[in-house]
Amino acid sequence: MLRGGRDAYWRRRAKTVVERRAKAGTLYDKKTVDAVRKGLKQWEESLYGKAPETRDFQTASGIPLKPLYTPDDVRDADYSDQGYPGVYPFLRGVHSTMYRGRPWTMRMFSGFGTPEDTNQRLKLLLEHGETGLSVAFDMPTLYGYDADHQRAHGEVGRCGVNVSSLKDMEVIFDGIPLNKVSTSMTINAPATVLTCMYAGVARKQGAPLAKLRGTVQADMLKEYIAQKEWAYPPEAHLRLIKDLMVFCTKEMPLWNYISISGYHIREAGSSAVQELAFTLADGFGYVELGLEAGLKVEQFAPRLSFFFNSTMDFFEEIAKFRAARRIWATVLREKYGVKDKRSLLMRFHTQTSGASLTWQQPINNVVRTAIEALAAVLGGTQSLHTNSYDEAWALPTEQAVEVALRTQQIIAEETGLPNVIDPLGGSYYVEWLTEQMEEEAYKYFDRIESAGGLLKAIKTGYLQREIAENSYRLSRRIEEGKDSVVGVNKYAKQEKEPIDTLKIDFKSQRAQLRRLASVKRERNGEKVKEALAKMRKAFENEDANSIYPMMDAVVQYATLGEIMDVGRETWGLFKEPQIL
Amino acid sequence: MAKKSAAIQKKIRILVAKPGLDGHDRGVLVLARAFRDAGMEVIYSGLLPSPEQVAQMAIDEDVDVVALSLLNGAHMTAFPRVKKLIDRMGGKDIVVVGGGIIPEEDKPKLLKLGITGLYGPGSSFEEIVEHVRGRVRKERWKE
Repeated sequence: MLRGGRDAYWRRRAKTVVERRAKAGTLYDKKTVDAVRKGLKQWEESLYGKAPETRDFQTASGIPLKPLYTPDDVRDADYSDQGYPGVYPFLRGVHSTMYRGRPWTMRMFSGFGTPEDTNQRLKLLLEHGETGLSVAFDMPTLYGYDADHQRAHGEVGRCGVNVSSLKDMEVIFDGIPLNKVSTSMTINAPATVLTCMYAGVARKQGAPLAKLRGTVQADMLKEYIAQKEWAYPPEAHLRLIKDLMVFCTKEMPLWNYISISGYHIREAGSSAVQELAFTLADGFGYVELGLEAGLKVEQFAPRLSFFFNSTMDFFEEIAKFRAARRIWATVLREKYGVKDKRSLLMRFHTQTSGASLTWQQPINNVVRTAIEALAAVLGGTQSLHTNSYDEAWALPTEQAVEVALRTQQIIAEETGLPNVIDPLGGSYYVEWLTEQMEEEAYKYFDRIESAGGLLKAIKTGYLQREIAENSYRLSRRIEEGKDSVVGVNKYAKQEKEPIDTLKIDFKSQRAQLRRLASVKRERNGEKVKEALAKMRKAFENEDANSIYPMMDAVVQYATLGEIMDVGRETWGLFKEPQIL
Repeated sequence: MAKKSAAIQKKIRILVAKPGLDGHDRGVLVLARAFRDAGMEVIYSGLLPSPEQVAQMAIDEDVDVVALSLLNGAHMTAFPRVKKLIDRMGGKDIVVVGGGIIPEEDKPKLLKLGITGLYGPGSSFEEIVEHVRGRVRKERWKE
């Protein structure tokens, strides 16, 4: 998948999803199905047939829909393909007890202004009953530039917290015991550096690295495909991820070092089918990378987690989550020969869709987010971030974040939804749609493989163009009124800014510049130089593991920018393919 | 007069750019296609150009319009900088429009600098295209 090849597996698999439906199943006998067909025909002719169809009924991905689903649509389903929670192929959930045992982790993404501001926000969320931390970084940090870099001007602390050196991380996690919390850091290109910094803070707190629980995103494949926050060409970033996989396997065994993300692929304008297909393809790519690093799948697969989007086509989203679990387990077992159960589980985090939030009539976004959150929970997510209603305007205010967290708490504690596992399992429509999504995903895997594998598909811009085309299709549909967005192309009204939004001033930029200057003054310049030189050697040597010398550089207070510059000098920059 | 009207009717050349550290290109890519569908000649800056590079591109490509988009909150630094650089390079006649997530209180400052449009999420293509056409028409009348 990663480097391409002539693997007929995907094509064969795409066919067997169909064939599975064509073989005799165990759920319905022929007599029952025949009776249903007869009844359905009567219903269609005598009742439904009188209702004229004025719209094209389809899912958001464009899968055409019938008015009604019956046992006929899943007539050949075999129950062994559905199974039980915690049992292969995990369609019904990864844990045997699911939310009866423990509700999903309510993990709210936050980070803004100065490290001090973020430290306060994290502590506040912990007090409010949040169970996992999640940190957002600003653009200079995401691209690996220090606060004092020319490119960083005006962007420091704007859409996340700025981290220029270990010092900033020490402030962000001040008073938060890293051996007790789990922390998710949304960071990609500089993920190795931030992991080293987190470990550096933990060391100072006296927390053993082997105990650290958390996640870095480090999913560079989706950066080239969708979010486009890269520093180096793909091969260089993949090499660093490979080093991180090996390092963590030895030193930080509880650290989830790649969060394979469909979220950004979807936000960039893909369909649910594309999100499913491209994300899982990336997942298989990382499996192949781990194998290239000399690891066994069983050593690293339990540390891979996924991150999906949940947006407004309720049932398609639920089908997507269920399909994802079944594809992952099936392919890992069939194609990569994995036997260990823990390695077959697809655990995932979900975030409601930022792109679905409207700038117009922002309070409506509370409702959208609740519906999306519900789909994620019905899809069996392990953790969830709910967006705040004001995020089409700015970073969220504390009040808006509280409503978003309360939305999850209401679903978890008032609806009774966690009482029954996978409550939509067995719905004719949901099971049928789940299979449809699977089939479409396998077809895409085959297309990517035929296009020369992921790396090639990224470099030629194939995947990027697929997304851009779908995104334009969606925008056109809204523009033409084929799809409705309440408050935007329907029920719109003239309005002024009706809500209070969070304001970020330039104070945080100035504060960061001051701290960075003092870090550079106070550190041992000779030791920094020495550490960076050692790291450069490791960068230049394919066989070395670069994380150890990177850790040494970090604890000497070499800055993020200095470390990333060594990479930029070694590997150069990435030139994006023409997409338009 | 006929000559002037021909000049006004000429195909619009537009540079679409995101001048900053912001890879979220869904909006610009969609807009670029919409401008193209509306009959304009579209040049896309690619990702992560500096304000200097955007201004240089505008001059080199001899465009009528520069359409800027940012979603990362840096518009108050990047937009005025691009405009200033274009003016300085002799492109005072180039129309500069902007869009993205731009708070109400920032708008007067940008408008005063001659950066107009300032469309937010959910704006229709039609509205944006008409705005661009209107500004170009006005600019061409001046000449």
